[in-house]
Amino acid sequence: MPDAPPIEVRGLVKRYGELVAVDDVDLAVEPGDVFGYLGPNGAGKTTSLRMMLGLIRPTAGSVRLFGRDPQESVAALDGVSGFVEAPSFYPYLNGRTNLELLAALDGDGSRARIEEALEIVGLSDRAKDRVGGYSHGMRQRLGLAAALLRRPKLLLLDEPATGLDPGGMRDMRNLIRDLSGQGITVLLSSHLLAEVEELCNRVAIVREGRVAYQGSLAELRRQAGSSYRLRTTDDERARQVGAAQSGIEDVDGAPGEGLTFRAASEAAVAGLSLALAESGAPVLELIPRHATLEDLFFQLTEGKDAAGAESPPEVVEEAA
Amino acid sequence: MKPGVLTVYRWELRKLRSQKRTYLGLGAAAVVPLIFVVALVTRGGGPNDVAFGRYVHDTGLAIPLVLLLFGSVWMFPLITALVAGDIVAAEDRNDTLKGILTRSVERQQVFAGKALATLSYAVLAIAVTGAVALVAGILASGFNPLVSLSGTRISAISGLGLVGASLLVYLIPIAAIACIGLLLSTVFRNSGAAIVGTLMFSLLVQLVGILPGLEGLHPYLLSTQYNAWQGLLRTPVDWAPILRAAWVCALYALPALAAASLVFLRRDVAGD
Repeated sequence: MPDAPPIEVRGLVKRYGELVAVDDVDLAVEPGDVFGYLGPNGAGKTTSLRMMLGLIRPTAGSVRLFGRDPQESVAALDGVSGFVEAPSFYPYLNGRTNLELLAALDGDGSRARIEEALEIVGLSDRAKDRVGGYSHGMRQRLGLAAALLRRPKLLLLDEPATGLDPGGMRDMRNLIRDLSGQGITVLLSSHLLAEVEELCNRVAIVREGRVAYQGSLAELRRQAGSSYRLRTTDDERARQVGAAQSGIEDVDGAPGEGLTFRAASEAAVAGLSLALAESGAPVLELIPRHATLEDLFFQLTEGKDAAGAESPPEVVEEAA
Repeated sequence: MKPGVLTVYRWELRKLRSQKRTYLGLGAAAVVPLIFVVALVTRGGGPNDVAFGRYVHDTGLAIPLVLLLFGSVWMFPLITALVAGDIVAAEDRNDTLKGILTRSVERQQVFAGKALATLSYAVLAIAVTGAVALVAGILASGFNPLVSLSGTRISAISGLGLVGASLLVYLIPIAAIACIGLLLSTVFRNSGAAIVGTLMFSLLVQLVGILPGLEGLHPYLLSTQYNAWQGLLRTPVDWAPILRAAWVCALYALPALAAASLVFLRRDVAGD
């Protein structure tokens, strides 16, 4: 199946007794995506990644990587690499030997490739030191080197920037951008919104094991609509006008502090400003405030109320 | 080149070479016969109540044989368990399974490589004890003919061959212990528990052997098989205990190995 997508996950469930860690997850990652798998800690991201890599068995559902099932054979991982949680190595072996071991298990112990991978992650100088003495960040970089050894077409990275200092985070992000530029598809799990916003073109936002949104970031912003801040000569009247105006929602605000509202479209905003002028409450200030992704993220992952949880901006796009 | 069991095996040996516990086991395998010989030389006397104990001052060939008898109580099971109990559990301790199981070798290949490495280490440990005991024994008591269990005289050269063969036969129950260690290592995912568990198993089986009324079980206990090599030192050679050791040990080893590999193949590799 040459045209099979890098990742296709359907109805994936992992249950540990009563606990449902992953609950009916569908994912579709297309070639060239930098796909953000975003959610708070404990949302089931790592468990999903482990199932994608064939490390744990799904209770139900299926994973296909380029059309192949990782539960059946490691052959499904041809062209796929990555790590889950913090990458781990044999502490009593040095960094280079650890990579040599993994390369041998790939059937390709080419020294040049190992040196190249060490060079890319900036560990060449420390490669002869035992991994037991590595910092968390160095292990993280060694983990990426180990993943690069396989010359992947698809990289699965679980919180790659965790535990890195700001410089290390920047390097990691630049590297992921480079890799994506080389045509590698990346699935990046993260609880850091900024990271996903910076790197990813598409996201799945997960909450308590379920996907609350899946699609492009631009679409997510658009669907969330925009909110506006409004000040008029008579805010109380403006509130009544706004509440009656079609396409205007959630009019709110304290007396004397102006109002906020959400608009379905710019035309609705134009209609409101006309209606305000006609009603004797002309506009003093009208400022669009684009919803930050952070607002959306919290709305989707914390669900301030039951309604918010049940009906996120839009239901997950069709995986078909 | 497509990686397989041999790739895993080679790297398991490489990992064993880099770990202290390996040298702890092999060191004990070397030091125990040395201490034994030094004690014989300096204190005189000897273990007269065990087979070949009477001859330890007459010929160095008796030394490894006496050590096989003493070592079966807990020394060799412990040395074996030191690696067998750790070889899978160490991957859990270091959280490294997720790394090696997402490369290009299947789980069964990883398991087979580990099992082979475990057995190789056990072979090496017995060989080290045998070699050190022979060299030290011959230096202390000379390379002299041995008296067989049937009372016949065996030339030193034939005796040397028989000692080597005895060590090989001794590996049969040791291999069974290694398989049990491997099982406990896979199931417990904890080295300490697996090592102690293996040793406890070995000791309990021996205790069952001394319970009154259970004499009928005796031929089928793992502990009995430690003495199978003695069949080689009779004239004519008594193959019955050796054959029995082979199938009795297989009855312990194969189900343990099968269960371990099944658990290893099916388990979830999750964080903790």
